[in-house]
Amino acid sequence: MNNEPRHMRRIVTAWVIASVIGDLLWWFLVGPHIPPGNMTESAHWNQFDFNILAITALPVVFMVWIWMGYALVNWRDKPGVPDPVGGEAAKAPYKVQAAWISITSIVVISAAIYGTIALIGDHGSGGGEGPNPVWAPAGTIAANTAAIQGKATWSPTGDQPLVVQVIAQQWKFNYRYPAFGGMETNRLILPVNTDVVFDVTSLDVIHDFWAYQLSVKADANPGVNNVAFAETRQTGQFMVRCDELCGIWHGAMYNSGRILSKTAFMAWATKTEAQNASNTKYLPPFAWTYTPDANGANGGLYPDGNVTPYSPYDTYGAKQPAS
Amino acid sequence: MTISAERPTETAAGTTAPTGPRGVSWTNRPGWMSQHLGTALVLAFLGYLLGHWWGNHIAGNYAYINGASGQNSVADFLALLLMVVGWLVGIGALNYPIAKLFGREAVEEEPAKGLSRYFRYTLDHKVVGMQYVVGVLLFMFTGGLLAMAIRTELLNPTVHIFNPGTYIEIVSEHGTIMMMMATSIIVGPLGNYLVPLMIGSRRMAFPRIEAFSFWIFSAGYMVIFSALFFGGFPTGWTGYAPLQNQAGPGMISYLFGFAVIGMGMIAAGFNIAVTIVNYRAPGMTWSRVPMFVWSILATASLLTLATPVLFSAGLFGILDHVVLTSLYVNEHGGSSYLWENLFWFFGHPEVYIMALPGFGIVAEIVPVFTRKPLFAYKVAAAGMMGVALLSFFVWQHHLFQSGINPDMRPLFMLTTELISIPTGFIYLVGMGSLYKSKMRLEIPMLFSLALYFNFLIGGITGVFLSDVPVNVTVHGSFFVLSHFHYTIMGGLLFAFMAGLYYWLPKMTGYMMNKKLGLWHFWTMFIFFNLTFFPMFIIGLLGQPRRVFEYAHNLQGLNDFSSISAFCLGASFLLFFWNLMYSMIINPQKAPANPWDSLGLEWQTANPVPLYNFERIPVIVTEPYRYSEPGAPAYADFGGGGSGSGSSSSVSSSVEE
Repeated sequence: MNNEPRHMRRIVTAWVIASVIGDLLWWFLVGPHIPPGNMTESAHWNQFDFNILAITALPVVFMVWIWMGYALVNWRDKPGVPDPVGGEAAKAPYKVQAAWISITSIVVISAAIYGTIALIGDHGSGGGEGPNPVWAPAGTIAANTAAIQGKATWSPTGDQPLVVQVIAQQWKFNYRYPAFGGMETNRLILPVNTDVVFDVTSLDVIHDFWAYQLSVKADANPGVNNVAFAETRQTGQFMVRCDELCGIWHGAMYNSGRILSKTAFMAWATKTEAQNASNTKYLPPFAWTYTPDANGANGGLYPDGNVTPYSPYDTYGAKQPAS
Repeated sequence: MTISAERPTETAAGTTAPTGPRGVSWTNRPGWMSQHLGTALVLAFLGYLLGHWWGNHIAGNYAYINGASGQNSVADFLALLLMVVGWLVGIGALNYPIAKLFGREAVEEEPAKGLSRYFRYTLDHKVVGMQYVVGVLLFMFTGGLLAMAIRTELLNPTVHIFNPGTYIEIVSEHGTIMMMMATSIIVGPLGNYLVPLMIGSRRMAFPRIEAFSFWIFSAGYMVIFSALFFGGFPTGWTGYAPLQNQAGPGMISYLFGFAVIGMGMIAAGFNIAVTIVNYRAPGMTWSRVPMFVWSILATASLLTLATPVLFSAGLFGILDHVVLTSLYVNEHGGSSYLWENLFWFFGHPEVYIMALPGFGIVAEIVPVFTRKPLFAYKVAAAGMMGVALLSFFVWQHHLFQSGINPDMRPLFMLTTELISIPTGFIYLVGMGSLYKSKMRLEIPMLFSLALYFNFLIGGITGVFLSDVPVNVTVHGSFFVLSHFHYTIMGGLLFAFMAGLYYWLPKMTGYMMNKKLGLWHFWTMFIFFNLTFFPMFIIGLLGQPRRVFEYAHNLQGLNDFSSISAFCLGASFLLFFWNLMYSMIINPQKAPANPWDSLGLEWQTANPVPLYNFERIPVIVTEPYRYSEPGAPAYADFGGGGSGSGSSSSVSSSVEE
């Protein structure tokens, strides 16, 4: 027995070396290129979060792989390998069991605590936060309230949040800017260094607004306003895709957007507002959702594009009774 | 010792056929007059026609049921409903309950001999197990072909082979068929066949319910397959409303298909759970139950408790279509969140319905091939039950971006990550068992080791997905797709293969060819990883699931994945070839216990007699005492006092 190699020492040494090298390579070589990049504050922190998980996960993966590899080489049925021992000697030591359970529990609970801190600290991390977000950047709730009251404004000077409504429908996205007369565009243009409030809703089925480089992802539910936040940090182009299966043309539901400097954005917005004015006046008033309920409430979009309540007869398709 | 054939006085039904004047028999007829697969097919077809006619008769004039597609949902639904009823009547599943309804006794037919018993409604758990083997392989083959079609379409980002409607139809059918198949792939074939053998029982607790579970499962296959003829359904396997409400008649097949399969899952789970709790041989305390049986018990509990929610969800969807309720329609007072909650409240336990039996198989196989006792038996059992329990508290992690309960996200992040702790137990057990072992690298062991390799990647990426900030990037992308293929295919399917190679010699009496098996294993393992690992990168680089157009810069990775997928498909052809070759073309008789296992199932005669055990064995020790000189045998089959006593008591208990 004295000639037997010290298996555990070999395995642990290999594991420590592999883990250190793997983690260093990941952190310095791979990590900086992990999506979604650095275009917004949440993109930056979500990338950081991914890399934290990755350097935690790599040693776990290496541990199992090295263990299995070592076992395959040294403990397989070939001449010279001693027969395994059964009976009491083969029983699992309680210390090993307790250590395994404690270490996995600590790692897992730490990951959950860290994730929670990251989520709250980054105001929902760019994810859909429902109609009444609990973790909102300063000033954004007030800006959203102003938008629904028709009082939204935005100027390139100062730190005003910008409210943008994302209206998904089969199979395209439209964007409304309440601060610019409620104009609607089919391309998402945003100013840099600005807190953006996305009010995401749908006109038909469930879609998902995924602005990939912005690290914003929120389901667009009909009849629901799903709010997400992003703080833009870099100018440039980004991709928008629908991320929830929404019917046959789901695969073609994508377009691109752009982050401009604040002054360029202001110039684009005022010009587009003027260009679209003749169309904007036919749009329903800015509302959280545009699918009315059975009584015509909660929706701004009426069949005649005007103020006539949605007819329950139309809804159910029965004939109008003779009045 | 050898065990003689079944006693002549006992029948598979466990009853002596009553022959009084009030007896009713549909089945004691010779040849084609009796009930079998053929009569089931005929009555299913007639039922379909009758239902369609009936639906059009009662609802043909209601324009709003016909909808924009011009299809009458009532007719579509009634056609499928009566098709299933016809199928069950045709196979004879309703003979017993109907006879009982009229206060009579159904006369059971003699257990059929030879091949024909596999085409009948039978109460022998071993025959049901073999029926399931063929059933799930057929399911898997269909789903696999659809997967090949998906990967073909994704060879090019902009040039399309299918039109978008057909593509979504294929994607949705692939997902749904595979999910339905995967719920039963181990519980059905191996669970039904092996659980009574492993717990020392002569039968299942409810043989009729067991047979029902298979035949309703196969009806579910027909129902979901029928969607292909109705233009499919556009919702994927998740069936989200209100897209579901918008969809055409294929949606009825989806909703009703899940309800039908759901009935099979509830029946199978209920029967197996009751069997394990009540039919264990004397001496089989909970610390002597084989690990596979533990995993099947955990799975059966999930099947029984989670599936009714799916059944109700499907029923609500059918009501929305057929009688125009609006349970899932926001505009009319319903909620699309209702479907999401109901679906995932079932859907997440479902994921563990698919993972746990795989863990059970490897935990069962590893001690045999390492020649060591299972490391930390109690931890393994606790892991299985812990996963099963926790799986009911994690479902909203599928809905992190949906806007439901956003302030509950930290809680669901915590519960989801907590489930890695009992899952980690399975790794402790597996890795501990390898320590200073003498591994026999037979094919079942290779597949088991592959499970540990693949599931590790699937499990770790699951932690990434459960982290809400990271979820923003990876939710709904190919990253998720790769993650669950690593857990379900890399875990469950590899375990299923391990189980087949391990137990087919018992089930069929023939060994699988080792050389072909090695080819199958290595191609499947290598091409599985080459197919799905690139998908993590594809997902991270921004490709959503279920799209037919993607960014040009992702074509290289997609093509690599597609070509690997074709090779992966070919590896399954190797498996089917091996199956044909080893079972039919060149069958080699299996030794009684080819793997030197201590398991009770290997101590029965080969082929297993109708009644499994001449005497009910008495379990005298723990199940995995390998390499222990002087350890007693796991079970005592002898004619000693306790053995014979329990034997006679059980032989009377099989009467109903």
